[in-house]
Amino acid sequence: MSTTAINIKHLKMLARLDLTPEEEEKFARQLGDVLEYFKELDKVDVANIEPTSHAFPLENVWQEDEAKPGFTVEEALRNAPKKRANEFVVPRVVEE
Amino acid sequence: MELLYATVSELSEMLSSKKITSVELMKAYLNRIKTVDPKVEAFLSYNEADALAQAKASDERRASGKTLGPLDGIPVGIKDVIAVKDQSLTCASKILEPYVSPYDATVIARLRAQGAIIFGRLNMDEFAMGSSTENSVFKVTKNPWDVSRIPGGSSGGSAAALAAGELPLALGSDTGGSIRQPAALCGVVGLKPTYGLVSRYGLAAYASSLDQIGPFGRTVEDVAILLQTLAGHDSEYDSTSYPAKIPDYRASLKNRGPFKLGVPREYFGEGLDPEVKTGVMAAIDFYKKQGHEICEVSLPHTGLAIPVYYIIATAEASSNLARYDGVRYGHRSEKATDALDLYYKTRAEGFGAEVKRRIILGTYVLSSGYYDAYYLKAQKVRTLIRNDFMDAFRKVDAIIGPTSPTAAFKVGEKTDDPISMYLADIYTICVNLAGLPGISIPCGFTKSNLPVGLQLIGQPYQEDRLLAIANKFDEAHKFGLKQPTL
Repeated sequence: MSTTAINIKHLKMLARLDLTPEEEEKFARQLGDVLEYFKELDKVDVANIEPTSHAFPLENVWQEDEAKPGFTVEEALRNAPKKRANEFVVPRVVEE
Repeated sequence: MELLYATVSELSEMLSSKKITSVELMKAYLNRIKTVDPKVEAFLSYNEADALAQAKASDERRASGKTLGPLDGIPVGIKDVIAVKDQSLTCASKILEPYVSPYDATVIARLRAQGAIIFGRLNMDEFAMGSSTENSVFKVTKNPWDVSRIPGGSSGGSAAALAAGELPLALGSDTGGSIRQPAALCGVVGLKPTYGLVSRYGLAAYASSLDQIGPFGRTVEDVAILLQTLAGHDSEYDSTSYPAKIPDYRASLKNRGPFKLGVPREYFGEGLDPEVKTGVMAAIDFYKKQGHEICEVSLPHTGLAIPVYYIIATAEASSNLARYDGVRYGHRSEKATDALDLYYKTRAEGFGAEVKRRIILGTYVLSSGYYDAYYLKAQKVRTLIRNDFMDAFRKVDAIIGPTSPTAAFKVGEKTDDPISMYLADIYTICVNLAGLPGISIPCGFTKSNLPVGLQLIGQPYQEDRLLAIANKFDEAHKFGLKQPTL
């Protein structure tokens, strides 16, 4: 069993992801096990090691900022779950 | 059956000598799919009329002497994670079930320019997260060699479709082994190119610093032909596309070496199935007998690759999958009471268990107070893993070993044990972390007739040499042309 405490409710909020009480219990347990397993990394000394964020040989790839044809409004809204007058419709986000 | 398991060069020859038309070929595959796919379940969907229209257009080009290339008129199956204009793209997830791609991925545009038939949506683990294709919310693909077993994953549909004779070629994506592991378990060839060789534009992102699109075929030569079309700089749409010089991959297969191959002692320890070990050792012996030099190498940080991968990949996934919010596309919850609730409920209804598990884990390792302990530490160990390979490549041309520690396991065997499932990728994950090319080729069968995969790992942007080395074994054995009983 895991000794790492996980505040699953806080993670739910950060991830904007509802979980059922069963999922909370199960994920907390499984993630605890996974975090225990991650302790393998404590065995290695990384004091003078640079981090690798990607294994790609280039940095800062630039492109000219030119206007080019893109999606039409119809194409951009094609997958909208709800739309009206060339806009995505969402629940109200400001107070009346 | 000869037609269904023919190689791409054989098909290309049959088409150019008018022994067969592309429409006839496509019809043969469609018949095969109707016969065997109810058992294999490799496809999530396909559009028969569209495929036959593309085949007809190819036949018309050929009749007027305007054939575009060696793939003209030959179908290529597409993993359901790559955008094809006007086709669905679900990532085998409920959250993208209603989605229709408004554009072609760069690899699709390149295939179209060569006249290939873009065909079908192949099953996968949801958002490419998994090693068995059981995480698809729509269906569980079966291994054609034993339909009680999984085909591997996450590109299980691509590998199974080839093994079942439903297609000659397919595209997959590989973040931690998702092309090579299913190729090994289904007995076909799968290549993960060097990070940056193939454009990721139009590939739904899982872990952006690790993801690569790559080819599946039944022979190394077929994979070389398909890679030729996929590889190349995409200056327009992918800032992580590398302007590498693209050689003639098929011509490079003629490079006879001799090559120097390194056997990493860490890949033959605990957890490696004895029958897989026997198959891989026999392949190493073959190379030795052919005059190639075999030596032992050490990749001392191999044992840390799985924790490093699951920190980096889940961190990147938790950011990438934040876009699925129910606002602009995909599933939207009907039950939401306000804007914030829309996110919570849409994501809860739309994502499956493994995706939720990885989002929560990625959120944890990036959260305040834990970033240095997990994410930054993992990035530093990633440097050590890459250095291991670079040290080895001072001595050898390629690294040789198993692709997967076991042959195909039973459906349901590991679904509720994440760590055991994660260990299925122990030999493939390092390759993504180090950004290297890796190929899996079939090297034999277990006593119960399940395929065994051999992995070869090459130096960055040296797919030509890697393919030449792989081809030495493959052209002499051609295990990928063996046909399962279905």
